[in-house]
Formats: sequence, structure tokens, C-alpha cells
Amino acid sequence: MSASDAALRPASPELACGSGEPVACAHCGLPVAPTEPRASGPRFCCSACGVAYSIIHEAGLGAYYLHRDAGQADGAAKTRATGRSYAEYDDPVFEASHVETTPDCARIELFLEGLHCTACVWLVERLDRVVPGVASARLDLGRAALDVRFDPGRVTPSAIARGLDGLGYPPHPSGSARRAGEAQGERKLWVRLGVAGALAGNVMLMALALYSGAASDPTYAALFRWGSFLLSSVSVFYCGSVFLRGAAAAVRTRTPHMDLPVSIGILTGFARSAWNTLSSRGEIYFDSISVLIFLLLVGRWLQLRHQRGAARALELIAALAPRAARRVEGDRLVEVPAESLATGDIVEVAADERIPVDGVIVAGRTSVDSSWLTGESMPEERAPGDRVYAGTHNTSHTIRLRVEVAGAETRLGRLMQSVEAAQSRRAPIVRLADRVAGRFVVAVLAASALTFAAWCFVDPSRALDNAVALLVVTCPCALGMATPLAVSAALRRAARAGVFFKGGEFLEALAHPGTIAFDKTGTLTEGRLALASFMGENSVVPLLRAAERRSPHPIGRALYAGLAAASELEADEVTELPGAGVVARVAGHEVRVGSAAHVLGGRKSALGFWQAELTRQVSLGRPAVACSVDGAVRAVASFDDPLRADAVGSLATLRSLGYRIALLSGDHELVVRSLEPELGELVTARGGMSPEDKLAWVEAARREGPVVMVGDGVNDAAAMSAADVAIAVHGGAEASLVAADAFTTEPGVSKVLEAVVGARRTLGVIRRGIGFSLAYNVVGVVLCMGGWISPLLAAVLMPLSSLTVVTQALRARTFDAPKPRKASP
Amino acid sequence: MTVLFVVFPLAVLLSGLAAAAFVWATGRGQFDDLDTPAVRLLCDDLAEKSPKTPAPRKEEEP
Repeated sequence: MSASDAALRPASPELACGSGEPVACAHCGLPVAPTEPRASGPRFCCSACGVAYSIIHEAGLGAYYLHRDAGQADGAAKTRATGRSYAEYDDPVFEASHVETTPDCARIELFLEGLHCTACVWLVERLDRVVPGVASARLDLGRAALDVRFDPGRVTPSAIARGLDGLGYPPHPSGSARRAGEAQGERKLWVRLGVAGALAGNVMLMALALYSGAASDPTYAALFRWGSFLLSSVSVFYCGSVFLRGAAAAVRTRTPHMDLPVSIGILTGFARSAWNTLSSRGEIYFDSISVLIFLLLVGRWLQLRHQRGAARALELIAALAPRAARRVEGDRLVEVPAESLATGDIVEVAADERIPVDGVIVAGRTSVDSSWLTGESMPEERAPGDRVYAGTHNTSHTIRLRVEVAGAETRLGRLMQSVEAAQSRRAPIVRLADRVAGRFVVAVLAASALTFAAWCFVDPSRALDNAVALLVVTCPCALGMATPLAVSAALRRAARAGVFFKGGEFLEALAHPGTIAFDKTGTLTEGRLALASFMGENSVVPLLRAAERRSPHPIGRALYAGLAAASELEADEVTELPGAGVVARVAGHEVRVGSAAHVLGGRKSALGFWQAELTRQVSLGRPAVACSVDGAVRAVASFDDPLRADAVGSLATLRSLGYRIALLSGDHELVVRSLEPELGELVTARGGMSPEDKLAWVEAARREGPVVMVGDGVNDAAAMSAADVAIAVHGGAEASLVAADAFTTEPGVSKVLEAVVGARRTLGVIRRGIGFSLAYNVVGVVLCMGGWISPLLAAVLMPLSSLTVVTQALRARTFDAPKPRKASP
Repeated sequence: MTVLFVVFPLAVLLSGLAAAAFVWATGRGQFDDLDTPAVRLLCDDLAEKSPKTPAPRKEEEP
């Protein structure tokens, strides 16, 4: 999956401009293959794009192409129509869980793939013109979610899905129930924020009146004091209840938390001001308190918003996992949701699809890639009677399975459950700001007690006022706001750089040097086979390429891609023998590629010295094939899963930053050893590890320091949920995304390096913010102890300190700025 | 200056109304999606400029 994405990515716009250059597809902008028949008018890279183009024009939506060209061409991966029937969308089980029906219309929420620009919004929201019966379609670009209202009597959900698919946005059902709760929580925070802002504005106006002279007349002074008392009590007990509850929890669980000093400041300030209002004398701090609550809520909201962004991206990726299966019913195939399958059902799985259930093969031989379930990089042959597992990849031939278990009871389902269980057991990370907050509370309480005691000797009438002023002024507004802001700015920059964090605390945890453990297959390596060595004459290369040109088998594909030939031959006849190899007739020769027994074709000729080469390659942990022409062995080729181009450099940089690097692989020890020449002494490498072994390794390593686990498959998920920070790399399985605290949108190790470097810079920004804030507080404490503070000075000093700290938090370049892009119009 | 005793509650009432309007709008989902409306606006603008947009579409057969 990752490989094809990467191949599609840079659809550079200039391809369309130059004369003599390859022509760009009229629909998706990718270069049109020169072999496609030349025709006048628009040209397409594939038939799906042609269909999408005509659908769009027939619906009178040709302006889409103008919008798209006017908008930025941001090189996002373009997706294409899949041509699926989406028949499972009409299944009653599916309808019950995903379609919301009201008397006059029905609603369905779908996640769309392939949204990349303004024009997509325009096109998708005109779905009613493409699919009759659709009443309206509203897109939420941030979530890539489309809310479709339709008339169930005129159109079925599957027709809507097919319509979207035809436009080039393959849809996936969303699990909307969980989202509703989140939206509710977000709206509550919005209301608090808005109300706190309104109250703060009004209280400040009254404070201004008091400062500018109204206080001299007792009648007006009472009016404004009582007014601001009433408004700020709403602010404290409704808007600020978030902080009060957080502080109560911090006291109950005895964990230091930023909410604690904030609440102490708010409550003492409010109590003292309320007392002074009732007794009509002394200072009031209502303005400082209500502005403080408003600013703190702003910080909290910003942080929530950016964390939601990562959660939404995750939601989308998780929805991409296949959930449909094709059930064999008599001589028909019916698409149904995988969870509605029952034991004994027969399902068909085509080549290059994921297997939806645990079951036994009843017809067909194929090779199955279980790399993300077990970590083994090499596909294995499977024949009727063999068991295959849900989530593994059927790479070469169509097979039929008898379902044993489906849904949560599969091996995959059980693994997911153990991942969720491990997640819930995890101890939360204590943030730096919270750790500081613990000591801060003690220091501030001590300072105010000292102030009170000292003033009792000097001037007992002012002792209480000065001690209270100290508690209000030192309320760590800057501290409470700077950290969320620095984190939220870093999360935003990280997301633009292609790294999504589920929460800010993982940034801090990632910044502390410790052990970084990498999975091998798919994380450090490409996750697919490539030609590693070829021994034989060049004259056989064109014959072999011809034999393997259309091979569905990973080894065949690797052999074809790995060999270069000056001239091309066409094979007359190709027969794939699953489990053995391929036989082809090319230019009058019989060409065989495969196992030793297969290439000899039953003839009694010896392998000779080729046997030694085969044995040598196998001892290196590489699968090897022999190639024969007319019964005589002419070449031996071996394959491996190569390291990613950026792996060695990135690992060296991480090591130089002080991290210990480990390699945990489910692959055979031999395969891991074969990487040693390239990785050298960079890593501690272990092979043959089961998911349980990885979990045990991570738990053992955690005793020595923080552990970061980077993986992409189900086999890593348990270890990831045990690690301090888990990172899933692009293309990772659903399970590893569930277990991950951060994930990258591009394959490769360099994104992990970026995440680590960015996290370290962010921690630096947080430390500076805390430093600034403490410096301001020292000034405040000195002023209060000396009795020089007034509510007016406090009202000026507090926003000022917040402003400086906030500016430095937002301006910091934590994650590198994104690559320059064409500005949108 | 006694007018303050009338104007002041009035001002508070007004801002209370504004806050109530905000709460109502939030409850109706006004602030749920802050990204798409900005983009949607660009689209409408472009649609008017587009010379290629054909005349009203013909009714499709169901």
C-alpha cells in the first residue's frame, strides 16, 4: 500500500505544460502512459479517470477542473475509483448501525479518501446532481467526513457510495456514535470560552470605571463592586469549574497538576474580593480573575483542537481497513460486512486483497503475506486445508475460504483486545509543567505565609491583604497557558510536517533520551521483496523478464523489477504453478523459474554448482529461486527486503542525539543478521521475536529508562502499548495505529527522526516559557512582600507576563516549516 | 449620574443576550467545523467566474 502511494505522489503540474512531454491525465493530472492509445480530446491515465471525467461533465460540473487548476496543486496522493459494488452498504446489519433514519429523510456519514483541495469540496457537495435521490451533502474537510442526507425511497446507500467512488473519492463508513460524544464535549468548552470572554470584558469595564474615579463615590463604587462580584462568580464557578475540578482531582489523587496552583490563586483572590465587597472596603481582584479564566480556557481550547486534528486523521486511517467480504451464495458473490459472516460461510478473496476472517482454504493455492501479523517478511504458500488469518494479505491467486470465526473472535480481534487492555493499564505521563506546579504550590504557599507573618510585625492591618495579593499575582497564568500553547503550536507544525501526535504529553516523553526500538519489516525496511543477487548470464535476462512480466507473485514481481534488459520479449504462454514456480514459453524456449525441483522439470539433470549458490543464499536468510532454459539451469536469483534509503542515516543521527537503538524483528535470525553489514554496530538486533517476546523485551528495557517503540504491524501493537511512547509509521496496520501515540503520514525512518528532533525543540520552548513565568513570579512575590502591589498593578502585570510567554511559545520553530507550496488564491 | 443605575443593568442584560446567542449558535453546531466554510467560500466565488459551466443540466432519468 505504501509503495503504491509513494509511486503516485509527485504528480507534478509541469508535466502538462512542456511540449513533447508526457500528457497529463485530464482527470487526475498524472502522466498518461505512452502506450495508451492516442486519441483526440482529453486523455486519461486509466479508464476509471475517464469514467469520472464523463460523470462530472454529464452532471454539468465541469467547473471542477477549473477550480482544481486554480487551487493549489499540493501533490497530495490522488486516489482513483475502485469500481466496487458497495453491496454491503445495503445489508440490514450495516444500515442499522450506520444509517440514521427520520420520517422524511435518511442520513449517513462517510469518510472519503482522496480529498485534497478546494475543488474537491465543491465537487463532493454537488453529489445531489450526480446521484438522484440525494438531498444534500456537506463535507467536513478537517475530518474528511461527508454528511449525506438522502431519500431512502429513491436511492440506496450503496448507490451513494458508488457515486462517490465514481467521482474518485472511495468512501468508508464512519463509526459516528463515538464522535457525537466528542462534539458535545467540544461544544461545552466553546460555550465556557465564549461566556468567560463576555464576562471578562464586562468585569474589565467595571474595573476601569473603578480605577478611573468611580470608587470615590461610595454609591457607585458599591454598584460596580457588586456588579463585578456577580459576574465574576459566574466566571469562577461555571467557566472556571474545569480548573476547580482538576484541582480537586489533583488533591484526591495526590498528583501535582497545573490546575492546583491556578485554582488556589483564583479561589483565594475571589474569596478575599468577595469578603471585601460584602464589607465594602479593601481591594478587589475580580478583573484579574475573570481575565485569567478566559485566557486559560483559550489555551485549553487551542490544545484540544490540535489534539482532535490528530485523532481525526487517525479515525480516517482506521476507517480504511477493509470491512467487507464477498460471500459465495450459490453461483453468486454478495458483498457483506465482515462482521455479519457466520461460521461455515464460504467467502472468496481475490489476489491482492486482505483476508477478512480466520478460516480454512477450500479452493485455490496462493501465497499469503502475514508480515503485519507475525513480522515475517517472506510470503508463505498456502493450499486447500491450510488455515489463514484475518488481516493477512492474499498476494497471488484468488482463493475461497470456509469461515471459522469472524469479527472480534479472530486472532486479529483478540490481539486488538489485548492491545486495548494494555492501553487502559498505562500510567499517564506527568508533564513537565505539572511537575513544576507541585513545587510551585509549596513555594507560593510558603512565600505567602512568610509575607503574612512578616507583616504581622510591621503592620497587622495589611498582613492579610498582602498575603492574598501574593497568591493572586503568582497565580501561574503564564505557566498554565504557555505550555498548552507551545504544545499546541508544536502539534500543528508537526501535523503539517507529516507527524501526528495524539497528545502533547508524548512530545515531552519523546524528548528524553532513552531506547528507541524499531520493528524491522515495513518500518526499517521497505516491507516488500526486491532482487538481492542475480548470478547468471545476461542472455537469459530478457527470457526471465518475459516469463515474469505479469506475475502476481511477489518473487516474480521482484525478479521482473530487479532485472534490466535492453530488449523486450513477449511470452507466448505462461503457467503459474502455485507453490512451485512459473513455466513460460518465450521465443521457442521453455523457461522455468522456481524451486530446484520445479526448474529441472522432472528431468534427471543435476544442479551442479548452482546448488552451492542456492545453499549460500538460503544460509543468508534470503529466499532464492533457480531459473532454467530448456531444462538446463542458467541462473540463480535471491531476494530480500531492503532497508529504506533513509534508515541508516536517520539511525546514526538518533544515536548521536543519545538514544540507544534496538531492532526487534519477527523475522528469522538469519534475515536480521544479513542486515548487520549495513547497520553495523548501530543497533542491538534481535530476530525471531513473537509479539509476546517483543512485549517482554520492552517491559524489561523500561526498567532502565524510557522506551520508544516504532512499528507498523499487529505484531508490534502489544509492545507499542507497553512502551512510553509508541510511533506507528505510515501504512501501518489498524492495530498499531490504535496502540500508537503518534503516527507519520509518510513511510520511512526520517519522519521518526523529525518527530524526535521536533519534540526536543518543543521541550526547550516549554522550559523557556516556564523560566519566563517563574521570573515574572519572582518579581510579583517581591512586590507583594514589600507591600507595593495594588490590584491595578496586578491587572497590568499578569496579562503582560502572559503575552511575552505566549509570544515566545508561538514563534518557536519546533518542527521544520513545511516545504514551500504554491499559495492558494 | 443616577442614570447609571438604569444603564448598567441594561448593559449587562445586552451582553447577556449576546452570550445567550453564542450559546444557542454553538448548540446548533455553528463552531463544529472551522475549516471547510473558509474553503467553501472560495468555491462559490470560482463557480461564478467559470466560463465553462454549462446551462442548467437536463433532468436525469432515475
